[in-house]
Amino acid sequence: KRRGGRLISINPIRTGYSAVADEWVPIKPGTDGALMLAFIHELIKQGLYDREFLIKYTNSAELVIDDPSRDDHGLFKRFETHIEEGCFDPENKLWWDRDLNREISTHTPGTEPRLLGDFTLEDGTPVKPAFQLLKERVEQFTPEWAEGITGIPAETIRRIAHEMGVTARDQKIELPIAWTDCWENEHNSVTGNPVAFHSMRGTAAHSNGFQTIRAMSILMTILGTIDRPGGFRHRAPFPRPIPPCPKPPNSPEGVQPNTPLDGMPLGWPAKPEDLFVDDEGEAVRLDKAFSWEYPLSVHGLMHNAITNAWRGDPYKIDTMLLFMANMAWNSSMNTASVREMLVDKDENGEYKIPFLIVCDAFQSETVAFADLVLPDTTYLERHDALSMLDRPISEYEGPMDSIRIPVVPPKGECKPFQEVLIEMGSRLGLPAFVNEEGERKYRDYPDFITNYETSPGSGIGFLAGWRGKSGEKFLKGEPNSRQLEMYKQNDCVYHYHLPKSYQYMRNWNKGYLHWARAHGMTRYAEPITIHLYSEVLQKFRLAAQGKWPGRTPPERLRRRIEMNFDPLPFFSEPLLSRLGDSHEYPLNALTQRPMAMYHSWDSQNAWLRQIHTHNYMFVNTKTAKAQGIEDGDWIWAESASGKVRCMCRHSEAVEPGTVWTWNAIGKASGAWGLSPKANESQKGFLLNHVIPEELPPCEAGQHMSNSDPVTGQAAWFDVKVKIYKAGPEEPEQTWPQFKPQQKLPGQDPKRGKWQSYFAGMFRKKANIG
Amino acid sequence: MHPAFSVIFLTTLIGVGQGLFLALYTGQVYSLANLLPAQDSSAFYGMGSLLSMIFLIAGLFASFFHLGHPERAWRAASQWRTSWLSREVIVLPAFMGLVFLYGALHYLGWTMPLFTVSDTLPVDLTLIIGFLGSVAAFALFISTAMIYASLKFLQEWHSPLTVANYMLLGIASGFMLAAAFSAYTGVDLVAFFGTWAVIFTLMGMVTRAASLIRNKNLRRKIELKSAIGMRHSSMHQKAQGFMGGSFNTREFFHGKTAATVKVVKISFLVLVFPLPVALIAAAYALESSALPMLAFVVQYVGLMAERWYFFAEAKHPQNLYYQSMA
Amino acid sequence: MSQMALVIDLNVCVGCHACVTSCKEWNTSGWAGPMPDQRPYDADPTGVFFNRVQTYEVGEFPCTETLHFPKSCLHCEDPPCVPVCPTGASYKREDNGVVLVDYDKCIGCKYCSWACPYGAREFDEKNKVMKKCTLCIDRITDMSLPENERKPACVLACPTRARIYGDVHDPDSEVSVAIREQGGYQLQPEWGTQPANQYLPRRKTRMHIREDELVRSDNPLREEMELPVEGETLDDVAW
Ligand SMILES: Nc1nc2c(c(=O)[nH]1)N[C@H]1C(S)=C(S)[C@@H](COP(=O)(O)OP(=O)(O)OC[C@H]3O[C@@H](n4cnc5c(=O)[nH]c(N)nc54)[C@H](O)[C@@H]3O)O[C@H]1N2
Ligand SMILES: Nc1nc2c(c(=O)[nH]1)N[C@H]1C(S)=C(S)[C@@H](COP(=O)(O)OP(=O)(O)OC[C@H]3O[C@@H](n4cnc5c(=O)[nH]c(N)nc54)[C@H](O)[C@@H]3O)O[C@H]1N2
Ligand code: SF4
Ligand code: SF4
Ligand code: SF4
Ligand code: SF4
Ligand SMILES: [Mo]
Repeated sequence: KRRGGRLISINPIRTGYSAVADEWVPIKPGTDGALMLAFIHELIKQGLYDREFLIKYTNSAELVIDDPSRDDHGLFKRFETHIEEGCFDPENKLWWDRDLNREISTHTPGTEPRLLGDFTLEDGTPVKPAFQLLKERVEQFTPEWAEGITGIPAETIRRIAHEMGVTARDQKIELPIAWTDCWENEHNSVTGNPVAFHSMRGTAAHSNGFQTIRAMSILMTILGTIDRPGGFRHRAPFPRPIPPCPKPPNSPEGVQPNTPLDGMPLGWPAKPEDLFVDDEGEAVRLDKAFSWEYPLSVHGLMHNAITNAWRGDPYKIDTMLLFMANMAWNSSMNTASVREMLVDKDENGEYKIPFLIVCDAFQSETVAFADLVLPDTTYLERHDALSMLDRPISEYEGPMDSIRIPVVPPKGECKPFQEVLIEMGSRLGLPAFVNEEGERKYRDYPDFITNYETSPGSGIGFLAGWRGKSGEKFLKGEPNSRQLEMYKQNDCVYHYHLPKSYQYMRNWNKGYLHWARAHGMTRYAEPITIHLYSEVLQKFRLAAQGKWPGRTPPERLRRRIEMNFDPLPFFSEPLLSRLGDSHEYPLNALTQRPMAMYHSWDSQNAWLRQIHTHNYMFVNTKTAKAQGIEDGDWIWAESASGKVRCMCRHSEAVEPGTVWTWNAIGKASGAWGLSPKANESQKGFLLNHVIPEELPPCEAGQHMSNSDPVTGQAAWFDVKVKIYKAGPEEPEQTWPQFKPQQKLPGQDPKRGKWQSYFAGMFRKKANIG
Repeated sequence: MHPAFSVIFLTTLIGVGQGLFLALYTGQVYSLANLLPAQDSSAFYGMGSLLSMIFLIAGLFASFFHLGHPERAWRAASQWRTSWLSREVIVLPAFMGLVFLYGALHYLGWTMPLFTVSDTLPVDLTLIIGFLGSVAAFALFISTAMIYASLKFLQEWHSPLTVANYMLLGIASGFMLAAAFSAYTGVDLVAFFGTWAVIFTLMGMVTRAASLIRNKNLRRKIELKSAIGMRHSSMHQKAQGFMGGSFNTREFFHGKTAATVKVVKISFLVLVFPLPVALIAAAYALESSALPMLAFVVQYVGLMAERWYFFAEAKHPQNLYYQSMA
Repeated sequence: MSQMALVIDLNVCVGCHACVTSCKEWNTSGWAGPMPDQRPYDADPTGVFFNRVQTYEVGEFPCTETLHFPKSCLHCEDPPCVPVCPTGASYKREDNGVVLVDYDKCIGCKYCSWACPYGAREFDEKNKVMKKCTLCIDRITDMSLPENERKPACVLACPTRARIYGDVHDPDSEVSVAIREQGGYQLQPEWGTQPANQYLPRRKTRMHIREDELVRSDNPLREEMELPVEGETLDDVAW
């Protein structure tokens, strides 16, 4: 921004980074998909796309079978060659040669394919380049169409599309970096189109989020800004195959007593056969992830685990362990009910969720429900690994990971949860934790992160740095007993700087891909072609249409799958709006992250809670006045499933159809070591009470999750509400209120002034409690 | 501003003390000029000075409650070159010393003339000390008032009227007390002091009314525009940066409703001016000795209200930064 | 004589409060501390901070600017808070122009805070003395710190580098250049207090696309024979 870059914020609300944007484009929540599609429409119409990038690096020019009567309709036309089985996308596909005017194998040297048009192969198969299909798809999605949905004027949409297209085309960056692509073409420079996008849950936390983000990715793709200077840059271990290789178990047999899980706990299904379902095609997991209900739910559906367990659907449970998740408060939807489910009993007086173990470092709302509390240490009191195996902190220039080392000893009876897990793993004799003789392998967590290998001798472990006997290797190499010291000597961080020629175009950068394979970051050095057209999605759709040889979805889900697994991006209204009454509940209710707080767990911090002691509901001044609501008034925000009483703050920085508040500032009375009278519980409120965790009953089922039908991403931002003034007789206090939480053993009792004279002499006692 | 009771007591009490002393000395000068019967020096002037001392000491005592570190108060004498507060801190004890001397001399009856000016006017020590005391009294009025009047950011205070008010209201209340004191001790100076008290009260009414009117039509020198440097017709604070209050919200806001402030205003306008005057007038008619005392008490109570309002009325520019939280 | 100060770039401040907490972290445990809190875990928690970040809304929807506005002592060149102090506890350093309070001399009369039009001073209710931003005097004058760390805590903490520190009397310093070139301004200039700290206003980057920038001979649609080539283009004639 300082160097004259132009920052545009598309957001119903103007705060934080949006505040400093050069232009704020207020949008109706949940409608970004329409906006992205209109951008694509305009860019293609004006020819403001990066043709060369699309041809070489995406599947835009690849020929898709276009014959609805055929079972392989919508799949790429592939020719028979022997290809090694793998989870990569084999290159046995076709282009249409614009000079010879016939099909050729993709990336045939010296050829130029057509991006548009429809053709018939020699064998008579009608085909179209993927880009032609995209063009036909977005024809209808004009800026005028999007204006009606997003509330953004068509000319603004057009203008911004042109700004992006012209910048990408005319402001090219060229770096004098030579590299070689997967097809052996030498390039003596790296070029980039400086248009970058940043988007997170504003788009993802809506039930149409998957298609919205897909549309945005396609927008980035046609602008040619993927892993190029000035655009979206990959961070190791990405890029990975699309979708990446790991798969969940794909049948109930995958889960057997005394047997390791047959598959990954989380993975990336690529076809119906990868789903974790039983013979009826119904869910196996408690959260129903990887079932036909949410096939690509690579994060699982935590927010439904408690409700499902309580209902005993798909099965009853005996024990639930919650780690580092405040599920009795801010990470559940419909929170008040969820709190009741946690203590609800069945007809014979048994708890529906019999045993609840909570591992937490603070006195959270959830801790109050625990049968057993495992007091964890905080990050200052333990070792941690921000590992390559999880979500490392890599930089664009190369892989990076880090560790934490304790700076203060644990207090009271706290124990790092990692140690607890290793202890349990060892005692249960889980293969990873014991040797052939069944003896314990790892002394403790530091020992574990140093010596654990993904499989014996794989040379791949938690940490990428200083591997090999004497720390001479990186990423891959046998464990090094002095690895942690070496991290310590380097500020606890390892950062491998890729050679410049490996830092860009990594999906198709031969040097990089071979390097990545050699160091165990990917299994294949095959090019990672961008899916402008998603054959993966089409496979699920074919299954729903009964055209797939393998598994098919249960009847109730056919239409849902067919509609949402569209190989091309489309827009649909968020589910709650479609199934609910938007006239009764006209306003979108959102939360935002307050920069000074991390979810629920900063209210115990005496300084931070002075900044956010309680929260208000921000309402556009006109919207509020229309309801006779003045700035500072107590109001009700009511959705179809719940309501909260809170205070209103007028704002000109929010779109009139939206109300919002800071996330998780409101607390339950007595939690977090705060006084029961603390503002957090008396004036602060939690929006989650009004967010339903399940959709109203619909064709797809009685208890479908309030989530994206493709990914199961929680639709935190879909809820619609109405607001009205609280009655004069009502107390000036938030609602709902809960019985104040009791202090736990070990929580410091209030100290009198006189005690300061003893300078905390009684501390130790207080802690052990 | 938030009215601090320590300061309300300080300024009103020493005001009375100063006024009373000036009254006594005026009495002495008049009697010297044979315009008034001479008074018994120890009983009247001695005791009168004691009374004045009591008020001054009470005021001083109150002031300590305003300090975070009274034990360091002596340090406050160091910056007389630049700080009116420092000056007050110097003049107040000096004045008290002189009052003490004045009273002591009268009490001990050391009133034998040192010399006579043109055979008519015998000058004794009390006359000289009294003169110095009067000068100090005025110096004290000025420094006290200037503490407020010198703050250009507080436009309600930044005016000569502030000085005039402190002075006239102090003197008026002092003369009231003198009248009451005379009535109490049965010397017939009630009429004299009463008349002057009324005169000063009416003068004070004029200047105080003037400042009220001035402040009513005050043009704010600073608005949000220049406070944050943004030019726009519609600007609103959403968050002041904290929610549980801070020094800025405690010290500079009185936190009372407009209604309350209005009540205080009206009551001081009644209690300080018309009521005492009426009571004095009544005192004439009824020859009552109780009414003058009542008049003083009423006026003093009124002055406390006046002082409270004086603070509450003042709007500090910093308040522009503390209008809303979220 | 130099005058050290902060220049705050409202053009990039996102209101994250990192400067607020890092300020308190450094100063409460350092030379200027402590900065006590009252009712830290009870209703209406309050405490001493030297730096606050506020939020303002400018204009009406949809033409709204959300302004994040950090405010600490501005170290005025002619500080009204200093001469009024009866004890000399409030003073302005000769060498670098930093305005400070000597806690050992302060009698807690609060008069200086009345004399500050910016509300930059905060009274320490526990220790009964006046406190305020010290410009991290114990960092900026600590020669044992490496040059790049000899800066205020808030400056080092700011993720968007919205806080620039330097000598406003040195015309070539980063702050002076920023003030000159980006229209730096002072708060409440009317009083003549000449705040040393200045603020940089919002600046907008705009873009103008001309029609002819859209239709060009290198339009890829031509390659697809989607666009008629109207008339001759340079492509056809130039060699
Ligand atoms: N300070 C702080 N930082 C955090 C966290 C925290 O709790 N505190 N949490 C961390 C975690 S776990 C996560 S997941 C990330 C989340 O990071 P973000 O995704 O940035 O999270 P939010 O602030 O909730 O939402 C971002 C923006 O989406 C906007 N928005 C909502 N609906 C829509 C919409 O339909 N369209 C558009 N265009 N915008 C919309 C909101 O107004 C908000 O400004 O933050 C991480 N970082
Ligand atoms: N309305 C609404 N709800 C939301 C969201 C939203 O945007 N809007 N965002 C959603 C998102 S993206 C997320 S990620 C979730 C986050 O929701 P949660 O995962 O519940 O996040 P937190 O409240 O930050 O932390 C959970 C618990 O971790 C504990 N904790 C902190 N440190 C440690 C530690 O070292 N060890 C252990 N064992 N425990 C620790 C805290 O005390 C807290 O009780 O919230 C979701 N909920
Ligand atoms: S740290 Fe920087 S960006 Fe954050 S509030 Fe302070 S000045 Fe603004
Ligand atoms: S900002 Fe206030 S405290 Fe700081 S120097 Fe200026 S007047 Fe004094
Ligand atoms: S509070 Fe302290 S620093 Fe301020 S004027 Fe009084 S003595 Fe001086
Ligand atoms: S300069 Fe130092 S004292 Fe002043 S605001 Fe920044 S961190 Fe706080
Ligand atoms: Mo998250």
